[in-house]
Amino acid sequence: MNFTAAIRSALRALSTNALRSLLTMLGIIIGVAAVITMIAIGTGAQQRVEEQIKALGSNIMLILPGTVTQGGVRLGAQTGQALTEDDAKAIALEVPEVQATAPSMRNGMQAVVGNVNWATSVQGSSADFLVVRDWLIVEGRNFDVAEENGAAKVAILGQTVARELFGDADPIDKVVRVNRIPLTVIGVLDRKGQNATGQDQDDIVVVPISTFRNRLQGSGGGRLKRVWSISVKVRDGQSMEAAEEGIRALLRQRHRLQSGAEDDFTVRNLTEMLAAQEESTRVMTLLLAAVAGVSLVVGGIGIMNIMLVSVTERTREIGLRMAVGARSRDILGQFLIEAVALSLVGGAIGIVLGAAATWAVGSFAGWQVVMSGQAVALAVGFAAGVGVFFGFYPARRAAALLPIQALRYE
Amino acid sequence: MPLVRARDLVKAYTMGGTTVHALRGVSLDIDEGEFVAIMGASGSGKSTLMNMLGCLDRPSSGTLEIAGDTVQDLSGDALAALRNRRIGFVFQQFNLLPRTSALENVELPMVYANVKPDERRSRALESLARVGLADRARHTPAELSGGQQQRVAIARALVNHPDIILADEPTGALDTATSEDIMRLLAGLNDQGMTVVLVTHEHDVAGWAKRCITFRDGHVVEDRRQSQVRALEKDEAPA
Repeated sequence: MNFTAAIRSALRALSTNALRSLLTMLGIIIGVAAVITMIAIGTGAQQRVEEQIKALGSNIMLILPGTVTQGGVRLGAQTGQALTEDDAKAIALEVPEVQATAPSMRNGMQAVVGNVNWATSVQGSSADFLVVRDWLIVEGRNFDVAEENGAAKVAILGQTVARELFGDADPIDKVVRVNRIPLTVIGVLDRKGQNATGQDQDDIVVVPISTFRNRLQGSGGGRLKRVWSISVKVRDGQSMEAAEEGIRALLRQRHRLQSGAEDDFTVRNLTEMLAAQEESTRVMTLLLAAVAGVSLVVGGIGIMNIMLVSVTERTREIGLRMAVGARSRDILGQFLIEAVALSLVGGAIGIVLGAAATWAVGSFAGWQVVMSGQAVALAVGFAAGVGVFFGFYPARRAAALLPIQALRYE
Repeated sequence: MPLVRARDLVKAYTMGGTTVHALRGVSLDIDEGEFVAIMGASGSGKSTLMNMLGCLDRPSSGTLEIAGDTVQDLSGDALAALRNRRIGFVFQQFNLLPRTSALENVELPMVYANVKPDERRSRALESLARVGLADRARHTPAELSGGQQQRVAIARALVNHPDIILADEPTGALDTATSEDIMRLLAGLNDQGMTVVLVTHEHDVAGWAKRCITFRDGHVVEDRRQSQVRALEKDEAPA
C-alpha cells in the first residue's frame, strides 16, 4: 500500500466520524495553541528585557554616593556627597578596564519654547555620557570638550522633549529656555524607549555638566564639583568584577578611607541585574511551555483511547483488508497514519488558534509577544511525536490480529 | 498438478481447556476449472477447511499446497501476498467497506498489490462491468441492494485475476431470487474457466456445482461429481 493511498484512507476514516475526530483532536488543539501562545508571551517578555539591556548600554556600572553617618545615625543610601567630577575623570584614566565615565547631575526642570512648555528631566554630564549609554545622535552633534568645560549654553534633546516642544519642526539651532536660561539646541538623541521601571528615557535634555552646575542650578555645588552619580562603561571583553575592584580601590584611596572604614559610595552593576532578570524570564518561558506541553500529553492519551476504540470497531474491516492481501505492516501503517493525521490536523488547527490567541494577548492586553517559527515547529513536531507514540500501541494491536479472528469478529 | 492439494489436514482448537477437532485428517485435490460445493451441518468443519484454503488460518498438521506453494511453510507476509494474488474471497455478509464507493471497494485488493491508481481505476471498472454493475460504480454499499453488494464483492474477488474464488455461504444473506442471480454469475465465471469453491448448507445452491463434497465431524463423508442440477442456460451467461 503506498503512502498517498494510506493518507487518503486515513483522512476518510477520520471524516466519517467527524465529531468524534474533532473532540479527540481538542486535546492536541489546545495543547499546541497553549504552547505557541505561552512561548510567544515568554519570548516577548525576554525580548523586552533584552531591549532594556540594549537601551541601558552594555557593560555599565553605576557609582552612587554612600551613606553618611551623623552622630551614629546612618542616613541611608545616596545621602553622601562623596563623588566628584574629578573622581569620574580619575576612574577613566586610572582603571585600565574602564572605557569611559560620565558624571551625572539631574533635576526636573521646566523647558520653554515660545508659548509651549514642558516639564522634563535635565541631565548634566560630560561628552562621554552618550558613549557610556550607547546613545546615538540622530541629528546635529554632541557637545565638545570646550563646551563641556566652559558652561556653554547648549542642549541635546531626547525624542520626547523634541516632539513636545517643537512638534514636527526641526529643533536644531533653536533656543530652549530652561529655568529661564536660553540654551541652543545642538543635537537630537536617538529613540531609546522605556527603561526597566517603565520610565520614558527619551524625556530628557542633556547639557554639559558645567552648564548644569553654574547656570541651571541655583547653588554652584561648591568648589569640589560634587556629582550625584557616575556612570562607568567597561571595555568589551573586560571583566566587570575586575573593573569594580579597581574602581573601589581607587575611590577608597582618593577619599582617604582607612582600611576597615565603610565605603562612602556604592557600585551597582546594572547589566548584571538585567541579565539576571532575563535569565528568570527565560526560565519562566520554559516553565509556561512545559505546563502547556502537559496538555499535549493529555491530548495524546485521548488519541490513544479513540484509536483503541476504532481498532475494536473496525476489527472486521481489518480482517477483510487482511483477506484481500494487507500485510501486518500495512495495517500497522494505516492506523499509525490515522493517529498521526489526527494529531497533525489538530496541530494545524492549534497553530491557527495559538496565533489568534497570541495576537489577542498582544493587542488587547498590550503585552509584548513574539511568535517564532521555531516555537511553531516545536509544537507541531511534538504533536506529531505524540501521534506516533500514542498511536503505536493501538496500531500494533490491529496489526497483531489474526485474519480469521478479525473476519469472524462480532 | 492439482490447484489445491490437501493431505491429512488436522485443525484442533483449544477452547476453555478442551480440545476441539474441527478437521480430523482431510485429504482432497481440486483441479483448475472445477466448481466445488462443500456441504455439511454447522460444526462439520467445512468453514474451517475454507479458512485453510483461503490461507486465513494454518493447519495444526498435514500439508496444504495451493498452486505449488506449501501454505504451512509460508510467513505471514507471504500468505498475505498469496491471498492477494491467487485467491478471491466472497463472504456471506459481503464485507464491503461502508461509506466507500463500489469502485473503491473493488480497488482495495489492488491497493495492496501496489497497482498504479490509473490502472486500478480501469481494472476495477472492468471488473464491475463483468458482474453487470458498471453503472453503480459511484454508489456506496448503503445505496445498493444485497444482491448488488454481493456482486461488488465478487468483482472485488475477481479484480486481481485470482486462481480460485472461495465463496463462504455467498447466498446466505440473500432471498431466493437474488441467490439464483448470484449463483448464475458464479457458474458463468466457472464456465469461463475460473475455479470456484463454495461453502453452503443449501442443496439448491450446491446443485449449481459440478462436484459436491460433504463434511461431517471433521471428515469428508461424501465426494461426488454431479451433472449440474441447475444447468446454466447459454443465453444467460454473463459477458
